Amino acid sequence: MNQFYTSTDHFVLVPAVMLALFGCAILLFDFVVFPDPRQRKYLLFFLILGEGFAGFGLWNQQTNLATNGPLQAFHDALIMDGFSIFFNWIFIAATVIVAIVSYKYLEIEGEHHAEYYSLMMFAQCGMFFLAAGTDLVTLFIGLELMALSFYVMVGFLRTSKRSNEAAMKYLLLGAFSSGFLAYGFSVMYGVSGSTKLADVATAITARGPFDPLVLLALATTSVGLLFKISAVPFHMWAPDAYEGAPTTVTAYLSVASKAASIAFLLRIFLGPFASARDAWEPILSFVAVATMTVGNLAAINQSNIKRLLAYSSISHAGYMLLGLIAGNETGIKGIAVYVMVYTFMNLGAFLVLVALRRKGIIGEDLDDIAGLMHKSPGYALLMLIFLLSLAGIPPTAGFLGKYYIFLSLIETRHYTLAVIATLYVAVAIYYYFRIVRSMFVRDLTEPAPLSTSLGLRVALAVTGILTLGIGIYPEPFLRLAGTSLLH
Amino acid sequence: MMNDHLLSLVLFTPLAGLLVLLFIPSRQKELIKVWANVASFAGFLISLPLVSRFDKGVSGPQFIERANWIPSLGAQYLIGIDGISLLLIMLTTVIGFVAILSSWNAIQDRLKEYYCMFLLLQVGMLGVFMSMDFFLFYVFWELVLVPMYFIIGVWGGPRKLYAAIKFFLYTLAGSVLMLLGILTLYFQYASQFGRYTFEISELMKPTLPLGLQEWVFWAFFLGFAIKVPMFPFHTWLPDAHVEAPTAGSVVLASVLLKMGTYGFIRFSLPLLPKASMDHTIVQVLAVLSIIGIVYGALVSLMQKDWKKLVAYSSVSHLGFCTLGIFAMNPNGLAGSVLQQINHGISTGMLFLIIGVVYERRHTRDIAEYGGLAHVMPKYAVIFAIAMLSSAGLPLLNGFVGEFTILQGAFEANRAWAAFAVTGVVFGAAYLLWLYQRTMLGQITNGKNLHVPDLSLREIVVFLPLIAWAIWIGVYPKPYFDILEKPVQQIVERVRPEYYQGAMAHRRLTEPRPLGSGPQAGGQ
Repeated sequence: MNQFYTSTDHFVLVPAVMLALFGCAILLFDFVVFPDPRQRKYLLFFLILGEGFAGFGLWNQQTNLATNGPLQAFHDALIMDGFSIFFNWIFIAATVIVAIVSYKYLEIEGEHHAEYYSLMMFAQCGMFFLAAGTDLVTLFIGLELMALSFYVMVGFLRTSKRSNEAAMKYLLLGAFSSGFLAYGFSVMYGVSGSTKLADVATAITARGPFDPLVLLALATTSVGLLFKISAVPFHMWAPDAYEGAPTTVTAYLSVASKAASIAFLLRIFLGPFASARDAWEPILSFVAVATMTVGNLAAINQSNIKRLLAYSSISHAGYMLLGLIAGNETGIKGIAVYVMVYTFMNLGAFLVLVALRRKGIIGEDLDDIAGLMHKSPGYALLMLIFLLSLAGIPPTAGFLGKYYIFLSLIETRHYTLAVIATLYVAVAIYYYFRIVRSMFVRDLTEPAPLSTSLGLRVALAVTGILTLGIGIYPEPFLRLAGTSLLH
Repeated sequence: MMNDHLLSLVLFTPLAGLLVLLFIPSRQKELIKVWANVASFAGFLISLPLVSRFDKGVSGPQFIERANWIPSLGAQYLIGIDGISLLLIMLTTVIGFVAILSSWNAIQDRLKEYYCMFLLLQVGMLGVFMSMDFFLFYVFWELVLVPMYFIIGVWGGPRKLYAAIKFFLYTLAGSVLMLLGILTLYFQYASQFGRYTFEISELMKPTLPLGLQEWVFWAFFLGFAIKVPMFPFHTWLPDAHVEAPTAGSVVLASVLLKMGTYGFIRFSLPLLPKASMDHTIVQVLAVLSIIGIVYGALVSLMQKDWKKLVAYSSVSHLGFCTLGIFAMNPNGLAGSVLQQINHGISTGMLFLIIGVVYERRHTRDIAEYGGLAHVMPKYAVIFAIAMLSSAGLPLLNGFVGEFTILQGAFEANRAWAAFAVTGVVFGAAYLLWLYQRTMLGQITNGKNLHVPDLSLREIVVFLPLIAWAIWIGVYPKPYFDILEKPVQQIVERVRPEYYQGAMAHRRLTEPRPLGSGPQAGGQ
């Protein structure tokens, strides 16, 4: 038997292979098949085809999981379990939704290149390894693959100063945090003599939570991980990167990158660091509260909607961390549900902003959205649904995410955290409703119609239906999230 | 009893009306108005069979409908009503129709959105009064906030945005904390019985330590007290009322505030009986209610703004309602529910009265008026009835409610009754003085010389409310009959010794074992 590449290895790796292959193929086809720039939108079909193959592989994994249970591959460097499959579904959904709205947006920006779609697929490939990796090196490579693709995508508008500045900031701070992460990983390797998460977990358990080396590994790894989910005090890059990046990239960054980083964070904190809970729980509690505080309070005064949503997405990271702090089954399931609903509602909100970008109109300010209800009531209503969901008002999907987080905090007797977290819902509604107020109460100032495309309408319909539908009939989605529990 | 989804029909009629309304083009203004009125009137008509089919003899909920909704959370679509809910639902359907009819001329722009918001609001309010599942209840409870925000924020007065967001933030802060209380109960049930459910009658079963009960009680308290609003939490109310359009004020005062008092009766008392009887808690709530009664009345006396005066009078009247609840005896509770209906009728009328003159003169400053009775005789008569019903004149509805509450308060603590009575006196004072300043005397302001009297449509708006006020005032017995069983059930739950003690001679039926109530009715 060939121990180097078994059929199990292949089976587990298929989605990533498909993403990488089609990512490269798009680069090639750009020259060979579609030399005319106007034809570039047809490259979307290749992306969707690639996602289809990846999804098919994932579907096979899911059916196999139901009968045979989790599979390990590449000498325990990768695992195919409910957790990785669940997160990969989210990545596929996010990538397809963002890709189909991008062509029109990039044409308006004048930067429609095939590389964009390739980069999306490469980033998603990195995300695959973040969700499925169980080896420090695999995880690190996955992270860097994702991060490097994003650095380029954030700076994709080559002629825009804002985009370049955002990319530079993101790159410098991101590289810095990767350094911390790599250092933490090296300490973990030093402690255990192995890069496998399972071995590291055994070694850390043997040393106990307050061993100096464990604390060192914990501190440095946490810095890297918290940076990636944009938790306070490592959040500074997020508002700038979100504001400067092309809006479609912002949407992708805020959703897929955050979901992948949360998956990564859970793998580490519920894996090697699970036994050191006593050491990290107070730190993460502090970080979570600080994240919600800074995110929510800083969002209040923003007049740029992208920046406002950037701060709001920081605060959402705080809520997700709370599920980890509670740490029971409800909490972890809560994070899965939260990430799922966050994906759709946050994407939806950014999609409306994408439609606001027209020739000659940047369309990111609260003033630009004024009176949207008079001009495009459909978009305004959808935005209302997304914002209500982001705030966590039933009957929208966002409520369910918050519901699980609050319940897990109550179950584990973190009453103070629960009260703080709930009160920030009331703060959040204040700034979300600044957008609502602008759309519904103010008069129309900019009569130019929204830039819409077939892809955008489909994407908005999907995210809107899911945001409302998960809120009204969540049962199947909760079951799906239930399959993701790490055991 | 036949279970033919009558309740669901009542609940979703406004929603069906809304869906149809969405397809009417915005340009067809007349059609929109007519349809909204038809839908709300249909909502009222469909709710009538509830009254005729309601069985007063059954304790526990009736018209029960149950369907699995989110099994993995233990949330069901479970609705049913008892006497208390029945009265509030009838109030909601009547006021819903009246409010929509009263907007005919008052609202001129964005008609379609306006009526959609009212119909959506109607669904939320009806759902709150019907839900027997806490999750479902919470969804409807929050659903109410959004349309009310828009009604105030879009069609309101000059400071509408401030008032709207204040209303939203206040109530939301209260309700998310209430959510924590709900989740605590839910978790306690799960850890004692090994399964998750939000069904109210099930959540009564676990035994909670007193300390935890008190915490949950305070969490519920914040949710409900802000909604009522009780004394220190009332500051959003004057702003919201003053800025809201007339119909918004009517619905807000008549129905929305009752969600808070209803919450106390339906959830705080039966779910947390020990905490509800805790001496400190009862004292605090009674004192807050009395402060609300007296403070609200005194502040009303000082108001220069007609609408603000009525808004503060709501604080005072709702103080009576909460006082009656925490007197914790049949008189207090029955009086409280009846007074909620009365307040809905009379304050609804008072806000409509303001709406009528505001449409004509565009000011709410009391000093601008005076001697209106000369030019608006019909209006003067209706205002007099509304004012007297609010002030508690015998033979009108307010008297019956306040009197019963005072009876209950007297039975619980004589000092409470003594303080509360001053509220009645002040209440008469500010209302009569208001009437005198606006309606009587000579017309001093020339602008008031040619104010037209009520039109036929406006009279039709008032008629059902006047008829109802007189009915309750003259013959309140059917109301007390309807309320007897549910009130008895709550008192038995909170004070099991009540019916066995000194009051045994007043006992009408055998006390039923605890917790068996909710399953007994319906079907």
